[in-house]
Amino acid sequence: MTTNTHEMPEITEDSVLEALEAEAIHIFRETAAAFQNPVLLYSIGKDSSVLLHLALKAFAPAPIPFPVMHIDTGWKFKEMITFRDEQAEKLGLDLRIAQNKEAIAEGVTPFTHGTHEYTRIMKTVALREGLDQYGFDVAIGGARRDEERSRAKERVFSLREPGHRWDARKQRPEFWRTTNSRLAEGQTMRSFPISNWTELDVWEYIRKENIEIPSLYFAAPRPVVERSGTLIMVDDDRLPLEDGEEPEIRTVRFRTLGCYPLTGAVESDAADLDTLIEEMGQSKMSERSGRLIDGEGGGSMEAKKAEGYF
Amino acid sequence: MTTATLNEQELRVEEPAPVVRMVACGSVDDGKSTLIGRLLTETDSVPIDQLEYARTTRRGGSTIPVGEIDYSLLTDGLEAEREQGITIDVAYRHMDLPNGRRIIIADAPGHEQYTRNMAVAASTADIGVLLVDAARGLRPQTYRHLTVCALMGVTGVIVAVNKMDLIGYEHATFEELAGSIRAAAVRLGIEDVTVIPVSAVTGANVIESGDTMPWYTGETVLGALETWEPPAAAEDAPFRLPVQLISRAGGNFRGYSGTIASGSVRVGDRLELAESGQSASVERVLISGEDAVEAHMGDAVTVTLDHEIDVTRGDLLCGAGEDVAKTADKFTADLVWLGEKPLAQGRSYMLYVGPRAVPATITAVRYKLDVVEGHQHAARRLEMNDIGRVEFATDSPIALDPYEVCRDTGGFLLVDRVSADTVAAGLTRWALRRGDPNIHPHDYKVAEADRTALMGHPPRVVWMTGLSGSGKSTIADAAVARLHEEGVHTFVLDGDNVRHGLNRDLGFTPGGRAENVRRVAEVAKLMKQAGLVVIVALVSPYIADRRAAANIFDEGEFLEVFVDTPLSVAQERDPKGLYKKAAAGEIPNMTGVGQDYEAPERADVHLDGTQSVADNAERLVRAVLGE
Repeated sequence: MTTNTHEMPEITEDSVLEALEAEAIHIFRETAAAFQNPVLLYSIGKDSSVLLHLALKAFAPAPIPFPVMHIDTGWKFKEMITFRDEQAEKLGLDLRIAQNKEAIAEGVTPFTHGTHEYTRIMKTVALREGLDQYGFDVAIGGARRDEERSRAKERVFSLREPGHRWDARKQRPEFWRTTNSRLAEGQTMRSFPISNWTELDVWEYIRKENIEIPSLYFAAPRPVVERSGTLIMVDDDRLPLEDGEEPEIRTVRFRTLGCYPLTGAVESDAADLDTLIEEMGQSKMSERSGRLIDGEGGGSMEAKKAEGYF
Repeated sequence: MTTATLNEQELRVEEPAPVVRMVACGSVDDGKSTLIGRLLTETDSVPIDQLEYARTTRRGGSTIPVGEIDYSLLTDGLEAEREQGITIDVAYRHMDLPNGRRIIIADAPGHEQYTRNMAVAASTADIGVLLVDAARGLRPQTYRHLTVCALMGVTGVIVAVNKMDLIGYEHATFEELAGSIRAAAVRLGIEDVTVIPVSAVTGANVIESGDTMPWYTGETVLGALETWEPPAAAEDAPFRLPVQLISRAGGNFRGYSGTIASGSVRVGDRLELAESGQSASVERVLISGEDAVEAHMGDAVTVTLDHEIDVTRGDLLCGAGEDVAKTADKFTADLVWLGEKPLAQGRSYMLYVGPRAVPATITAVRYKLDVVEGHQHAARRLEMNDIGRVEFATDSPIALDPYEVCRDTGGFLLVDRVSADTVAAGLTRWALRRGDPNIHPHDYKVAEADRTALMGHPPRVVWMTGLSGSGKSTIADAAVARLHEEGVHTFVLDGDNVRHGLNRDLGFTPGGRAENVRRVAEVAKLMKQAGLVVIVALVSPYIADRRAAANIFDEGEFLEVFVDTPLSVAQERDPKGLYKKAAAGEIPNMTGVGQDYEAPERADVHLDGTQSVADNAERLVRAVLGE
């Protein structure tokens, strides 16, 4: 048989989603049972919503057996914080919030310290301190292998050396469904249950399972300014406007959610899931390409990871 | 999705596998990156910004014009390897086929020294795509990759005979190559082999057949990936559920959660625990938290039973009766050695199989496999990237299936107890000795606690480690004299003394030393049970061995004492003249000279061996008395 035409599927088959779900649940259970003190890193984005949903399923009818932690830089979209608190209330989450308060007091902002340094101080350092404060030995995150080139080699269980340092050479080979969960002195683990999912899988799963996500993902008229081709939403009055810069209302949505001054919006009319998924099928950009903090050279994600970035 | 494929699916009786895991093997020279890159690109599985990167970025020495896609950049990952221009690890990518199937690609580097990476990639793969260079023919690497695929349980192989354009698309040459490949695969036990002539550069027979090889009427690589089906799971495949965790919730809910490793389960089925033999019937089956009538291999389930049996994490729930996995404590297995340090016979490792972890010791290396020729070579140790057959013993009986019966209950990891590194992947072949059901420890009426009461002090094991000549025996001697005065019942197990009798069959290799430590620890345990304070004076140079010794005791029963004397001081003392002999080359395994001494990182008591014997003995006495 020869294949002469190849029309691409626009949707992920349900059977594929079921297989991915089973794999993620297995990883969740292993993480919860094999380590002493797990935590789920909750970033309020769509991937986090999917992680929470999977965690509920993995342990049902028992509740989620670990706390969730949010790294709050103080510059998240307002709606994200509201959504976070509502979800915590509704799902009965044990929510911990980690924040680099010293840096905030010292006046560190995305505008004063440059995106790389800001990210290191407000996210990486805050994460390390948050993990150390509670003594978590494994942190669950929503990283996926399709996000960025260097992620393709990331393990499902990714080892961190003392100081949360990631060392490519120390990463453990992963065979079958068996995990070497033993930790030497000072080591901790990161666990990525949706490693093998694609961005489209995440969206299909959200639609199939009817999972709540912040409305920032859907197109709506929002006040934005355009800076070197990137649309930045004016979420509050802390965004310094340049001379002659005037926020204008455009219909935009976000592909990823982070700190609002660093998160580019895309113009779109996709106001619901069906249209959004259809639109996604056409755009095909890496989702991280909308994040200003990643675009600093081919392997900048890798360099950040070596410092302890998630 | 097109209407045509929808109709096809409706007609299909058996559900096609939705997700197929594939291992890509072959070297960059064979054109592997180009083939995989092209498959990914043409199935629209690469985001456009990454495609753009592959069009505009060039690494040193690249001859591909800017503007065209350098496919190898799509299948690259880490900065370190981009600098070196080689692949150092396994990368995972996904590909969506036109018929809706998801392919998860594990891309393993082709260099000879990375057999271990190849084994990782193949361990979860259903199918292998193997590249062969048509111009160069079958090479040692081809055999190596086929062997690893066969060993790791890959059931189907698609062989892409690449660079057909370089040999003028010659039919006869292709047939000859295809014949040798099929023969090699069958010899290794892989029967499902598809051989396709391709040109990754021109795209011939990758996605579309094109018109360069009209003599070939078989499938393209894409077509073969779409239609390939894993061998149907046998109806009578034994049910295996390794229990990951016990789920307790309100209303007395008690469920056992895990992923089904083999077979299927229905409400009402009789299940039995492999290790304890207790059995019960299935009351509920939950898949992803929701009730179901039955569940199959790969499903993440929670089952509840009609009455409570004693289940803990790591237990193996099996179908009752014939289907129950057999337990044993001695096995034969094939190991892929991953660690930088070679395998040490006699050393205790942690064995992980799914959620279970037990201490295990390699008791014998049978042979090393030549993965190119297929020959078995006599060997006494395995080094990184070696594959070999060994025998091992577990501390307690465990149920392991032969690997060919079930990957997840037959495949295991060996983990170094100190560094926590994964040092080997093992494939269980068969059980050598069943756990003996006729041996039951007898409970005697007078127990250890009663003896302690009679002795008037708690028993204890004091393990003194240090170089030969560090002063262990001298300090022990002085300490025991003091303890005796205090009315403490003591005994000294001295390394030299036990080697005259109990351990006179052992040598001084790392393996011999491991067994020496194991036996002394077991004897010390018996003496401790008799109520004594046991002082062990033994060089015991390896952390892993000492940790294994400590592990057979309860918290607080075992004190590690490091007699810390610099090598130069010990050499100067040289009470037995051993260092002189070692310097003359007469004792190759002398600790500190020919072999390393691994000092304890955190001993319970740290004695400075250059201080006076009386002071050190006094510190030891206080530690034993718990002061």
